[in-house]
Amino acid sequence: MEILVCVKRVPDTAENEFELNAEGNDLDRDDLVYSVNEWDNYAVEEAIRIVDNLGGSITVVTVGDDEAEEVLRREMAMGANNGVLLSDDAFEGSDGRGIATLLKAEVETGNYDLILTGAQADEGAGQVGGMLAAMLDYPYASLVNKIEPGEGKIKVGREIEGGNQEMNEIELPCVLSIQTGINEPRYVGIRGIRKVAGVEIPVKGAGDLGVDAGSVGEAGAKTKRVDYFVPDPGDGAEMLDGDTDEIIEKLIEKLKAKGGL
Amino acid sequence: MTRIFAYVPFKNGVTDDVALEYPDAAKKIDAGASLTAVVTGHGADLDNVADALTKTYSEVIKIDNEALAYPNAEIVRKALTHVIPADAIVLVPHDTFGMDLAPGLSIKLDSAYAADVVDFEGMDGATLKLIRQELGGAVSTHVTCDAASGAVITIRPGTFAPADEEGASGTVVDKSGEAGDLSAKRTFLEVVEAEVGDVDITKSDVLVSIGRGIEDEDNIEMAQDLADAMGGVVACSRPIVDAKWLEKSRQVGTSGQTVKPKIYMAMGISGSFQHMGGIKGNPFIVAVNKNPKAPIFQVADVGIVEDILDFMPELQEAIEDL
Repeated sequence: MEILVCVKRVPDTAENEFELNAEGNDLDRDDLVYSVNEWDNYAVEEAIRIVDNLGGSITVVTVGDDEAEEVLRREMAMGANNGVLLSDDAFEGSDGRGIATLLKAEVETGNYDLILTGAQADEGAGQVGGMLAAMLDYPYASLVNKIEPGEGKIKVGREIEGGNQEMNEIELPCVLSIQTGINEPRYVGIRGIRKVAGVEIPVKGAGDLGVDAGSVGEAGAKTKRVDYFVPDPGDGAEMLDGDTDEIIEKLIEKLKAKGGL
Repeated sequence: MTRIFAYVPFKNGVTDDVALEYPDAAKKIDAGASLTAVVTGHGADLDNVADALTKTYSEVIKIDNEALAYPNAEIVRKALTHVIPADAIVLVPHDTFGMDLAPGLSIKLDSAYAADVVDFEGMDGATLKLIRQELGGAVSTHVTCDAASGAVITIRPGTFAPADEEGASGTVVDKSGEAGDLSAKRTFLEVVEAEVGDVDITKSDVLVSIGRGIEDEDNIEMAQDLADAMGGVVACSRPIVDAKWLEKSRQVGTSGQTVKPKIYMAMGISGSFQHMGGIKGNPFIVAVNKNPKAPIFQVADVGIVEDILDFMPELQEAIEDL
């Protein structure tokens, strides 16, 4: 099975408190901690498990600048065989469709049976996998939490409302977006990262991919982020302050009043 | 004139709540827009749902085909692509079905796409102005969407004001004949129901619900001790289940259980909309989180900025001393 996993370098929501910059229109990015999108680790782990059973190879791809290379190396340290970085000034400001256009071009340079993405990333749209599949005319399943490989077809479970699982049969090649919890991604240590530090990662621009620069990036984007803002909390929570004993005293009074104690 | 088509999912003959939320969303897009509901399915359930929707919508398009009996997103997409005009704005709920359907639909309609929209600020010519969130709800963004050749938009369920159901007396338009080829490379097999756990969190009046802030599996005992002191049970958010620290039946959220407690103690939970979507019945929500910017503080009744690993044992002790 030849597998392509699409990954993304994102600000780590567990490691950052997000602040706006002085102009108030973008995140203050100076001290942001970045990591690989959480969902993507599950996708790479699933690919490794499939290849361990059936043979084949795994390529990880991302769209980004030079710094995005670090997430490719991390996923290669996990067990992906190859990495590809799609990078070009013309790609900056791409919307979901632009990213899917670039990934489609990369897919067409290979011979992949299975293409995996994370179910969503930092922007919370969950859009690229479904768009890529539609562009390629491949079948697609989102929020996949189970894969049973087979010949020419695979069975996939999708996470649906209420903790239920929707089972589908899907023809290969296909695109799947992977939900967290499908597996337990393996730990990557410093030694693993060192082992792949010297591996060359090809970088492809618009020309290499045969993509019209006007169809991607800011120029091709129909959906554009204008700015970031922090909404007025409005009727947010009543914040209890003071030392811990005082807080607990106030909280207990409220819990009693609400019948909770 | 802006034309808006709202896809209404239904199950067992009952329309999704989003059916009543689309009119508010449509009005915020363009008060002068036409709004048409679209339903796909097969047989009597579909007919009943289409008829019921005429109370809310002036026009309801129905597409009836045996292949649409179960909502397989690939097949629904094919049917919609043949029926919805290319320059329309299409609304879909941002749920597990919408996420399956909408991105690919936007490609096939050659339309712009915006996901999980929480508010609209109207049209500026053909440009739709909208608001969505990023980074798990930590920040919001203003977004422009060029809808000149149509747009597919998923809206966050539960964010737009539900309409009065009895407002309209619309008509049903049967477009089953225009659905075209409905063959698919993905076949629905079955729905596997969630396993029932040993503790039923949906029956408890008090939930001590833990998130990432619990940090380690061994710390769950602290939450259990607090829950015991309060006469409640321990629930959790998704990361705890992903880490296999608690069984899936303990998870609160759209992909887990829907709970209706009186008291919801959100301990170290950031408060993603998927999590909050599982909390119904307007409970008293207490949020404890060491991050003062956690989105949970926007929806909780009472907020406390503390590390739950320090706070929970102290609260437990104080309650036991009462």
